Amino acid sequence: MTGVLPVTLEESTKVVQALLYSGKEYVCVMKVHGDVAEDQVRKVLKEFEDAIYQRPPLRASVKRQLRTRRIYYLDFLEMDGRNVLFKVGCEGGTYIRKLCFDVGEVLGCGAHMQELRRTRAGPFVEDNCVRLHDMAYWFMQWQEKKDEKFLKKFVQPMERALASVPKIYIRDSAVDAVCHGANLTAPGVLRLESGIMEGSLLAVFSLKGEAVALARAAASSEHILSMDHGVVAKVERVLMPRGTYPRCWKSGEKVDEQKP
Amino acid sequence: MPRTVAPWEVKRETLIRAEDRTDPSFGCKPEERQPEESMKFGVINLDKPAGPSSHEVAAWVKRILKLEHVGHGGTLEA
Repeated sequence: MTGVLPVTLEESTKVVQALLYSGKEYVCVMKVHGDVAEDQVRKVLKEFEDAIYQRPPLRASVKRQLRTRRIYYLDFLEMDGRNVLFKVGCEGGTYIRKLCFDVGEVLGCGAHMQELRRTRAGPFVEDNCVRLHDMAYWFMQWQEKKDEKFLKKFVQPMERALASVPKIYIRDSAVDAVCHGANLTAPGVLRLESGIMEGSLLAVFSLKGEAVALARAAASSEHILSMDHGVVAKVERVLMPRGTYPRCWKSGEKVDEQKP
Repeated sequence: MPRTVAPWEVKRETLIRAEDRTDPSFGCKPEERQPEESMKFGVINLDKPAGPSSHEVAAWVKRILKLEHVGHGGTLEA
């Protein structure tokens, strides 16, 4: 199987949590085991849109319990004899091999997955993905010529990985507390994106657009907007090294810095 | 039946709670990081070749770029 595989480097490895749960898109060749009409295939594929149940396959690295996965769209592309080409947008953790098998069951003749290419993983799409040998070449060029443009050809800031995660932008004075694992409280919040629900994953950002942490929302966007105190989000994963911003909270009896 | 909107199709507005400025002497915009820093806080949108597993590919990236840690977002079964 080929396609988009976001690889996180060093510190950015902490954002994989957000990538794993992000949606995926695949283009797949499914082989049906009998002669079926195109209309029939189109109809059956549509039935798989929305929520489906899947039990992870025998060869899987997760607990094999029945789970629901969302299929955002399942578009028939073309059919040639017994080969069916389709595009599927789905929740992270959907097994396409299983999906093909199940489509085959509904068709009645059986089917299996022949080829699979991932065309999207969260915000990363196929259009600008780099091949291993290009990466190796640009890396060598960068090492030899020390020109940043070669680096930019294959490395993107980790913030890119959080493009579809809702964000909360916080004050400089709140950054270091969050870096030390403190939960985010209302006074530190400057801006936030709509559509945050209690319990949803969100990204805490600085005003400069740097990722500070991944957190779990303790209230909805509307509620957070109207809060004047209290915890807004529980920090789950700190992304920014401590000490990047000055420490602005009071601890013990020694208070040497004033809040701006 | 309306389909469930994919996460990347969700449109979000920015709601403003308060205004403040950021001090340019701390931190830095992601696109202005120094080369070493942009590697350290970087992600590669890799086109996985057929054959090796996602884990193997990630291990190759680690070796080629001489890094200590790499991770990958979602296994593409081999």
